[in-house]
Amino acid sequence: MSNTLRPYLNAVRATLTAALTLENFSSQVVERHNKPEVEVATSPEVLLKPLIVSRNESERVLIEPSVNSIRLSISIKQADEIEKILCHKFTRFMMMRAEGFVILRRKPLPGYDISFLITNFHSESMLKHKLVDFIIQFMEDVDKEISEMKLSLNARARIVAESYLSTFA
Amino acid sequence: MSAPEIFQLSLGPLTGIAFSPDRSQVCVCPNSNEAQIYTRNGDSWDLTDTLAEHDKLITAIAWGPNTNRIVTCSQDRNAYVWTQTEQGWKPALVILKINRAATSVKWSPHENKFAVGSGSRIIAICHFDEENNWWTAKQIKKPLRSTVLSLDWHPNNYLLAAGTADGKTYVYSGYIKGLEAKPEATIWGDRLPTGQLLAEFRSPNGGWIHDVSFSPSGDALAFVAHDSSLSIIYASGPNEPPAAHIVVKLPALPFTNLTWTSESSIVAAGHDCQPILFTGSQSGWAISHSLDDPSSTSKPLTPSATGLRSGGGVGRLGNNEAFNMFKAADSKGQRGLAPSGATPSSAGLTPVGPDGLLLTVHQNTITHVEAYEWNQSGEVSKIFTAGRDGRLVLWPVTGGKGLAGRMAGLQV
Repeated sequence: MSNTLRPYLNAVRATLTAALTLENFSSQVVERHNKPEVEVATSPEVLLKPLIVSRNESERVLIEPSVNSIRLSISIKQADEIEKILCHKFTRFMMMRAEGFVILRRKPLPGYDISFLITNFHSESMLKHKLVDFIIQFMEDVDKEISEMKLSLNARARIVAESYLSTFA
Repeated sequence: MSAPEIFQLSLGPLTGIAFSPDRSQVCVCPNSNEAQIYTRNGDSWDLTDTLAEHDKLITAIAWGPNTNRIVTCSQDRNAYVWTQTEQGWKPALVILKINRAATSVKWSPHENKFAVGSGSRIIAICHFDEENNWWTAKQIKKPLRSTVLSLDWHPNNYLLAAGTADGKTYVYSGYIKGLEAKPEATIWGDRLPTGQLLAEFRSPNGGWIHDVSFSPSGDALAFVAHDSSLSIIYASGPNEPPAAHIVVKLPALPFTNLTWTSESSIVAAGHDCQPILFTGSQSGWAISHSLDDPSSTSKPLTPSATGLRSGGGVGRLGNNEAFNMFKAADSKGQRGLAPSGATPSSAGLTPVGPDGLLLTVHQNTITHVEAYEWNQSGEVSKIFTAGRDGRLVLWPVTGGKGLAGRMAGLQV
């Protein structure tokens, strides 16, 4: 792990641990409803200040806490066109299966590649520190995954080009 | 110091909990629309009754120690008063006249009335209406601007403190004309018509107020807020600024609940999963120690993967540790042991053990702290805590321990 990744992930971990102090909060706007306040944003007093943890221009995390839910959006590093396409396909694949990932949001926030929505129901049924570990693990793995995919894509392109051009040799 | 007693009452959170007057029964809500009454049977608790009338999550339960009546309130906007009869517990609907969730409920010390806080920015003070044979409410509306999250009665049966989601704590008069004798002047105020606002305080950094509590004498008020602070206010006299307003800021996650154990000590607990004892007086307050000392309690109390555990555990749910473990392995792909090499993380103040479980007794946020037992001098000798991990824990509270040794247990 590179030198800058460690403090970046530590900062995200600390922020997330502090933000994941959720409680059951029934809507004070709509009768008999219980909505994630960070999504509906109808009661300003139960929203906390959003916080951005940024490693560089392209890699950053936005954490928006509220009384009963937090929204965490990640912007993944994309150095070139291929990484952009890979990142788009990868996040799209996951978001189409969002219900399988429980805390994944179906759409990312504008300007970000992937968003998670953690509500008090998630922090009740799962251990909180495990949730934090999961997010950090995801952030570590997603970069690795995309660079691996890029390598195998390039390798595959090389083989295809070789076998295609060999007919002309 | 004897070890705490631990009982696993549910797999999910306990959203409301109240003990019967003689402590032989406990009424809990396992994060559903039903309240369950368990009866103590040696080292376990047996389910004896289910109170099913609400149709949404029960948010709070209170059990009157003198009149033996239970009041439950729920997100379905209703509250019921349950009375024990030959045929079991009978509910009586309370005319709350609120149109959002009820969030908290407390019996007044004389138990002739109770207060219900709600999401419709109203506090309902309910009393029994003999004429119509139902419970009816007087409402306090001003100047509430947000959900009332917590309530507490002054020992004199007239004053009521409320904490709200916009970071304010109010002290009101909860006097009801025609029901009780006219109140005498108190240190908080001298004119006490129903709903009169006597004092207003803010949380230091604007966090919502999780819990408020009057001291045993009623002269001091403490509240915990989401900005990880504990504030203690000493009243000086009617219409005068408080004699002292002490704020203890913590390097920890916020507390969700607190209770006074004597005039000079408070136990608070919350997202750090351990109850912490504070001591002090009008001149200042400080952390004393954590009641959950990981060095002495972690080994025997942290459940092992085999589900073998000495003591504790409800008979019916005896195997739930093993069950939990398999459930975790099944639904989260989580093995019994965390992969070696993974650095143990930390959840706020609370250290995480090598098996991936917290080293504290509670594995998730503590949501209730209340007095369980008092000694001869009227001080609390035992408290109970309940949390989102479904555990009920009885802790001995002892003062006068060597402070230095205790501080070592608390990892700040």
